[in-house]
Amino acid sequence: MSALLAQVEIRDRSEDTCVSDNGFCPEWIADNFDRYVDPFFQHVLLTVVAVAIGFAIASTLAVVAYRRRWLINPVTQVTGALYTIPSIAAFFLLLPITGRGFVTAIVALVSYVLLIIFRNVLTGLDNVPEETKDAGRGMGLTDRQLLWRVELPLALPEVMAGLRIAVTTTVGLATLAFFAGAGGLGERIFEDIVFKSNVVVAGGLAVVLAAVLDAAILLVQRAITPWTRAVAAR
Amino acid sequence: MRRHRWLVLLALLVAALTVAGCGDDDDDGGGGGGGTDTSEQPSSQIQNNDKNSTTKLTIGSKNFTEQKVLGEIYAQALTAAGYDVSTELNLGDEKTALKALEGNEISAYPEYTGTALLSFFGYTADKLPSDETEAFNLAKEGFAEQDLTALPPTPFVSSNEVGVTKETADKLKLQKISDLEGKSQDLTLYGTPECRQRLDCKLGLEEVYGLKFKKFVPVDIALRHEVLKKGQADVSIVFTTDPQNKREGFVLLEDDKGMFPPYNSTLVVRNDVIDKAGPDFQKTVDLVTKGLTDEVMQELNARVDLDKETPKDVAAQYLEESGLVG
Amino acid sequence: MNDFVDAIEFIFNEHESPAGGAQVGGLSNMWELTWEHLELSLVAMLIACALSIPLGLWLGHIGKGGFLAINASNVGRAVPSLALIAFFVAYIGVGFTNLALALVLLAIPPILTNTYTGVRQVDRDAVDSARGMGMTGAQIVRRVELPLALPLIFGGIRISAVNVVATATIAPLAGVVTLGDPIINVNTYGDEGRLAAAIVVALLAVATEVVLGAVQRAVTPRGLKLEGGGRWRRLAFALPNNRREAPT
Repeated sequence: MSALLAQVEIRDRSEDTCVSDNGFCPEWIADNFDRYVDPFFQHVLLTVVAVAIGFAIASTLAVVAYRRRWLINPVTQVTGALYTIPSIAAFFLLLPITGRGFVTAIVALVSYVLLIIFRNVLTGLDNVPEETKDAGRGMGLTDRQLLWRVELPLALPEVMAGLRIAVTTTVGLATLAFFAGAGGLGERIFEDIVFKSNVVVAGGLAVVLAAVLDAAILLVQRAITPWTRAVAAR
Repeated sequence: MRRHRWLVLLALLVAALTVAGCGDDDDDGGGGGGGTDTSEQPSSQIQNNDKNSTTKLTIGSKNFTEQKVLGEIYAQALTAAGYDVSTELNLGDEKTALKALEGNEISAYPEYTGTALLSFFGYTADKLPSDETEAFNLAKEGFAEQDLTALPPTPFVSSNEVGVTKETADKLKLQKISDLEGKSQDLTLYGTPECRQRLDCKLGLEEVYGLKFKKFVPVDIALRHEVLKKGQADVSIVFTTDPQNKREGFVLLEDDKGMFPPYNSTLVVRNDVIDKAGPDFQKTVDLVTKGLTDEVMQELNARVDLDKETPKDVAAQYLEESGLVG
Repeated sequence: MNDFVDAIEFIFNEHESPAGGAQVGGLSNMWELTWEHLELSLVAMLIACALSIPLGLWLGHIGKGGFLAINASNVGRAVPSLALIAFFVAYIGVGFTNLALALVLLAIPPILTNTYTGVRQVDRDAVDSARGMGMTGAQIVRRVELPLALPLIFGGIRISAVNVVATATIAPLAGVVTLGDPIINVNTYGDEGRLAAAIVVALLAVATEVVLGAVQRAVTPRGLKLEGGGRWRRLAFALPNNRREAPT
């Protein structure tokens, strides 16, 4: 049996380097940044899908409850209970039912978002001044027209505020999604929790994502509700 | 009209975000990493055999660096031999891995002879062989009863060890584990969460050496050196192949009562996989296993833990540098 | 459904650990974990309140620092709890004290924001007449602003408490053995243990919410409660009135 001709190179590790010290190393980060790209996009996907679904469900509930007031309490209780259950617990409570993976993570994240959107849409609608509604009715608008042309647009600031809260919170919770087997930036954090570079990059990306999405929604809000700018200036 | 504007803008926003979010999320995080597709190149030792491409294999591993590296090495070597290989690394502890193997979720994973004897086959500390070959043979027998084959073991031994800092060793005059007698009740022990119940960990220290510690703190396996370094742990359970031991000057206490069995790594494979995979399977595995000496395994671990490279890249480097591939 | 039955059974009976050796499960094991969980949460909440409430009261009273107080919550929300804990472990180390510190940081923003906004929303007339009666600044805070701000303050405490209890679940990553241990280290406790812990954590969080919600209702002056409609609901959700002090 011929001996292996090649040898594994034993590197010289007598000197401490930034990386072997588990420090914050910009060079390493630049070289290895591609490790964080896929988890980042997984994270974005989780956030966007969860908030979109949650928004669709909760805003519909809020509009319905706005007219049928008796719904407010039960919906608040249920969404409130879902909101209170810690996401990690939720992932594993769902495990016997939905298994491991993307779906479980989304279900848990959506359930967290429901209360936030529900209460903000409802509060926004409730805040529409009575005079404005009267004026609208005076102009001959039906209830449905009133809702879509007057009440919802005026409720937009509150709705958008809720959307911003929902998005930033979901980004935070999605870091735990890897416990449900759905990947995300949390997986990278968990992989090497002592390596400062790793923690700062993975955690930092999550914070940046939250900030960017938050700002994006704010910009959209400013663009489509120009009248609120005049109000705030008062 | 306001309503339309709002809806259009909202739709655009969601669309934009979705497009951004649906970026390349392919399952294999191969963005930019060192190319590992070596099956095209003529390999000096591992020969690519097209007949193997119909055999699907899944290689698993447990949840710490050395295991992930070993898993990657075997997976990439078998890919070079022409098999259709996927990986399921980071399964968890040995019981989880064995369950996955028996449940046909994976085809094979690297296990340690000592771990198998203690955790699977119920050997108590007094019955543990201290000879590596004997340990392997006993483990092989045990696995054979479950329709599993333990392939020839690695030269390297990766044992659990009781580690302390040099200062602690000097202060308390510690050289052997039994030197801790009478002193351990003032010391805190840090180990993995499973350590509490393992005979080659806290339970063994209690039963074989009669040691009771002031406090046991379970921490993630990745933190086993940090806690010693930061002075939070007086004693920590580490592995002999950890590169951090030499770096930080930790003292590994001698196992004078023979609590720890030999821990050579052996690839444990399902019998039906071996039958189906043909002779190339064992041949490839043997080629890989032979080169894994103590020094080499320490070096590979160091590349992941100290140089912060990925197990995938390091496995590829091992195969290249030892001339098995490319 | 079977899994849930097994999990409930785990809470009450001891089992042999799947990792071999010692026993896990049973009431005393679960109580140990729950107690550690509560202890950690309580310590963090007490320190956070001791820091944020006086600061929020003062800032709200003098009307300065609104930007900081209000955006503290926005910033705090954007930092994932796992990242915060990982940051502490990487830079400071594991252990109860370090982890409690991380949780204090997590708990401060909602309490601070709500205390500040609570004081700012106190009716200016009430404050003015108090000043007219000759009360000093400190007396105004103690006798007028604080009582009227209590509902919002407790709303913030409620939010923080639930957050802290939820985050204490990942404490085992930093070496503190809370109810998260069976969830994170499933090999030691088994699948039933993990589900059992998930159930208990969920119940704990809900209980915290319910108890503090009741306290919040108790400290709310009757007038506000009767007002109904938007104002009370906003308070119940601990939602500051965004109209006057729009964040950004």
